[in-house]
Amino acid sequence: MNKTENNKAWFLVLPVFLLVAFSAVIPLMTVVNYSVQDIFDQNNAYFVGAEWFREVLRDPRLHDSLLRQFIYSFAVLAIEIPLGIAVALMMPTKGKMASLCLILLAIPLLIPWNVVGTIWQIFGRADIGLFGAALNGLGIDYNYASNPGDAWATVLLIDVWHWTSLVALLCFSGLRAIPEAFYQAAEIDRASKWAVFRYIQLPRLKSVLVIGVLLRFMDSFMIYTEPFVLTGGGPGNSTTFLSQTLTKMAVGQFDLGPAAAFSLVYFLIVLLVSWLFFTTITHMDKAK
Amino acid sequence: MAEIHLKSLAHSYFPNPATGADYAIREMDHVWHQGGAYALLGPSGCGKSTLLNIISGLLQPSEGEVLFDNVRVNEMPPKERNIAQVFQFPVIYDSMTVYDNLAFPLRNAKVPEAKVRAKVNEVAEILELHEVLHNKARNLTADEKQKVSMGRGLVRDDVSAILFDEPLTVIDPHLKWKLRRKLKQIHEQFNITMIYVTHDQLEASTFADKIAVMYGGQIVQFGTPRELFEVPNHTFVGFFIGSPGMNLIEVRRSEGGVSFDDIQVPLSDELNAYLADVPSYNLKVGIRPEFVHVWDKPVDDAYVTELVSHEDLGTHKILTLRLGNQLIKARLDEDRELPVGKVYVSFPQQWLKLYVDEFLIEEQV
Repeated sequence: MNKTENNKAWFLVLPVFLLVAFSAVIPLMTVVNYSVQDIFDQNNAYFVGAEWFREVLRDPRLHDSLLRQFIYSFAVLAIEIPLGIAVALMMPTKGKMASLCLILLAIPLLIPWNVVGTIWQIFGRADIGLFGAALNGLGIDYNYASNPGDAWATVLLIDVWHWTSLVALLCFSGLRAIPEAFYQAAEIDRASKWAVFRYIQLPRLKSVLVIGVLLRFMDSFMIYTEPFVLTGGGPGNSTTFLSQTLTKMAVGQFDLGPAAAFSLVYFLIVLLVSWLFFTTITHMDKAK
Repeated sequence: MAEIHLKSLAHSYFPNPATGADYAIREMDHVWHQGGAYALLGPSGCGKSTLLNIISGLLQPSEGEVLFDNVRVNEMPPKERNIAQVFQFPVIYDSMTVYDNLAFPLRNAKVPEAKVRAKVNEVAEILELHEVLHNKARNLTADEKQKVSMGRGLVRDDVSAILFDEPLTVIDPHLKWKLRRKLKQIHEQFNITMIYVTHDQLEASTFADKIAVMYGGQIVQFGTPRELFEVPNHTFVGFFIGSPGMNLIEVRRSEGGVSFDDIQVPLSDELNAYLADVPSYNLKVGIRPEFVHVWDKPVDDAYVTELVSHEDLGTHKILTLRLGNQLIKARLDEDRELPVGKVYVSFPQQWLKLYVDEFLIEEQV
């Protein structure tokens, strides 16, 4: 086969290239620019090398929120992924009930973050919130405003409420894509429900689970609005996650240099962990 | 091991079937004996797969009973019926190795691992899968995958029956023959009832001792390949079996027999007597191209036909002849010369069959 060489086609990529340059590459480079300089005003900028990086990497505040962030994100994944799969498995597959379930599951996904935060802020209040008051009525001492554990659990609960649907819908679509013949063969082979799940459903959910895990990890790792609306990161610093620490640093204290350095570190962490997830899941049982 | 009896069985996919056309399986009574090698032959959409799924339990019949050794199993799931089924397109558990795939049905039944190993190795040997036994099943070729699906049925030596639903569709032609032989050998070795669904008459007759021909949701004939060829008892069997199929000509009653296009076909006294009693006007005569006698020269009771076309198939020729307004086919041996223009043919009485309402009127010989 003769391949026609036509390098002019590269010009067709130019608009996308420009778009990405302006929307991602140039802003990112600006951050890189900030991260290696100490800027006082327009005419007073000094190159400081890796100074800011060294500073932020030693900052105990950041260590704390990084740890908190990791625990939070893994808790989110540990709850939402199995729960999402379970919901998808239990959903009716056809008829009106299936449509109804799909609509109900989609509703939380349509609600903006700050609205979700506000809903739970009121819903969870110990004095007038349905949820908070009900718990207290049952004799459980629950108060997210004063008890760090409760605040933490509430932020986690918010995320589960908001985003388990996403995992469930992804898995539902993955399950629908499994041909009926597989279930028939499994039935003939006398497979138990668990074996059907383990050897047919789960392997075939892998690709949607990759997407689910990555989306939920990245999103939860960058969580900002919900804890901010709920308690402003409190009580104390108990629900202050990375992005909120970053915002305080950049906008509150106007420490643009360290904030930029920190942004880059943050970005690299998200990239690294996402890559780890992606390669682990896609290489799982690919031995031969 | 079991005898499978389908008793007054019928199935419709509609909740309230009214006419016969609503039924995928029309009411039938049929017995598959223990240890037989059967083929279920018929065109696409005739209900073959439906019938198979009813036997295996993937589908519950809407009417009638399925009996295994005289025990009603209608409500039993496939698991408890202990039946193996191989599907048209290979189903493999692609996260497992070939070995684990073959072991899967045994492990599900909690068979001890030592026996699992022995059985899996034995079946892998028979199906020539031992070389890829420890590979991931997803990397196999299509025919290896289908062998794995078959293997999962064959490892269970205690099954009541193994059902094959056109299992060789995706297999290369040269492997088809080999695998069919293999199945036949396995059948002889283990004496398991096997029912093999296909729409290919050659496949059916090489595999099975007895063939059930299905048409329009009914088993229209159940017999050996030879019976189906020589005495097709439904016009569909005549048409479907054989290549080319039976010549079937619509006829009217006439003096001493039947006729079409002013051509008289004499019938035996017995058939004439029978015809006088039936009211139906749906009459056909049929004769296989193999049994049409082609004369070299004009003879007394031969029909004069005109040669329309011929095909030379190497071992024999197929002539297409015009008789009246009908086209009929006749088979001519390779060593005979192709006639020119007019061809004289006759229909030997013993091979000329009469069909009333599509069913054969049998003669007592």
